Amino acid sequence: MSAETLVQLLYLVSTALFILSLRWMSDPETARKGVFSGVAAMLLAVAGTLAGVAATGGTHYWWILGAFVLGSAIGYPLALVPLTAVPQRTALSHAFGGLAAGLVGTAKYFLYYGQHNAEALAPFIVVALVAEILLGFLTFTGSLLAAGKLQEVTWIPQRPVTYPFQNLVNLLLFAVALGLGVALVLNPLAPWGPVAFGLIILLSLAFGVLLIIPIGGADMPTVISILNSYAGLSAVAMGFVLNNKLLITAGALDGSSGLILSIIMCKAMNRSFTNVLFGAFGQAQQKAAGGEEKVYKADTTESAAQVMEQANLVVIVPGYGMAVAQAQHKVRELYDLLKKRGITVKFAIHPVAGRMPGHMNVLLAEAEIPYTDLVEMDEINGDMPQADVALIIGANDVVNPAARTDKTSPIYGMPIIDADKAKTVYAIKRSKNPGFAGIDNELYFLDKTFMLFGDAKAVVGDLARKLAGEGGH
Amino acid sequence: MREGTGTTSAAPGPQGHAAGGGHGQLDLMGALFVFMLATFIGIMVIQRVSRLLHTPLMSLTNAISAIAVVGALIVSAGKEAPTFITVLGLVAIVCSTTNIVSGFFITDRMLKMFKKRENGGAAK
Repeated sequence: MSAETLVQLLYLVSTALFILSLRWMSDPETARKGVFSGVAAMLLAVAGTLAGVAATGGTHYWWILGAFVLGSAIGYPLALVPLTAVPQRTALSHAFGGLAAGLVGTAKYFLYYGQHNAEALAPFIVVALVAEILLGFLTFTGSLLAAGKLQEVTWIPQRPVTYPFQNLVNLLLFAVALGLGVALVLNPLAPWGPVAFGLIILLSLAFGVLLIIPIGGADMPTVISILNSYAGLSAVAMGFVLNNKLLITAGALDGSSGLILSIIMCKAMNRSFTNVLFGAFGQAQQKAAGGEEKVYKADTTESAAQVMEQANLVVIVPGYGMAVAQAQHKVRELYDLLKKRGITVKFAIHPVAGRMPGHMNVLLAEAEIPYTDLVEMDEINGDMPQADVALIIGANDVVNPAARTDKTSPIYGMPIIDADKAKTVYAIKRSKNPGFAGIDNELYFLDKTFMLFGDAKAVVGDLARKLAGEGGH
Repeated sequence: MREGTGTTSAAPGPQGHAAGGGHGQLDLMGALFVFMLATFIGIMVIQRVSRLLHTPLMSLTNAISAIAVVGALIVSAGKEAPTFITVLGLVAIVCSTTNIVSGFFITDRMLKMFKKRENGGAAK
């Protein structure tokens, strides 16, 4: 068997294992098999590549080993971050992925250019190279910025940053990069080649920043998903450049995953891609806020506990506020106390609650809440009229009834959790300030709604204490 | 078309090309077929992933996209490449390995937490 055949065989098995890996993610029961399968696939891929490289004369092995070790040393601590930091870690990961693709594309171009290798720089390959660096480098800077916004790094603005003609400027820059790319395709070995290539890199780096800067924190779930997709697509481009079907397949799997998640996120906010990327959501809010002074009804945890005690069905709606306050373990305490009294407790999970898809699920799972009690929005909405109590913890826009009725509202049309259909609503909120969307939440002004002001962790902890303290009533 | 020189298995330039990933002659149609099939498979497989698991799914796909390490390896191991190209490749290996290690580990860490029924302290 020739080296080439062996390598291709290993790649074939590796590809199959990657596909299986994702297949097993369909259910939490089989999901861990997916991780092992993925690891096996990656090991085979690396082994195959090393075999192929060794067979045709490779070198620098010690340096390569060093690179592996350094990468592992950086990667392992990143896997240990608290679960509330997972969105940032994910964005950072996309940045690394984009950078890797960009660097490989750059290396390949300069390698072929240095050898005056016209055959290697055939048109389609140059197209793939340009695509690879465009996607790779814009994902790099865009993801770094996204990670910064999520981590709430002080010098990065949380609110969308907009300026006049923004979309026009972006379009113009993109057109210039595209033009340079076309020029390179037509004449890759021209003396100005490296300069053109370098310019495309710079434009891509700038583009990444410009694309992400007008997007606000609440839109991050979609943005992270889109960047996930781009990182995968840059790997696909690499696969075309290197004529490597494993790269193409694995990259396509990542790309489609990101795409599907983005579509789910957009549908969940009832906004289109283009609206999220170019719509500068933040602007709309300035008109919507204000209006007449509305009256909240506040309440004590004492009486809230009493009401909950009498309930048959309690639905808890978690949001970003719960994550920020790290309240999930207190929520578990409350959950346990309610269950002990024979009360059914369910969690209503809105697709865009939190800062990335599925974020709430992981936080609640970390608090050891059985995943069978975590219910998707579409399913739980049917039960909301039977809910005696809806407890809103740090969620805002996802329970705002204005989304159904108020055509002028920036969140109009967004599917929401029908918390207002429950018999009684308690909302835990840090302060009276409007949430991220900057608009009033009509839910808070209903007759059946009572506010519990304070930090989520403190309030839930207090509720739990009151419940525990109330013996037979 | 420029590559219409009629060669399908021409030995390329003087640089050592790695088996399985040098540049060889790009099998364009084959690659496009694979891309199309992989995209469809990807879409269909991902649509079946439980919504509960979207966060670990994303970290898993992060690790999978670090398949770019293959390209980085090919670049770094090149014999006749100038130093700065090898360095680019090595940095790319560091980036990809970071994603591989952190992606798989954090995915597993999260997945371990999803439990079905209330456990009275006994892990399954």
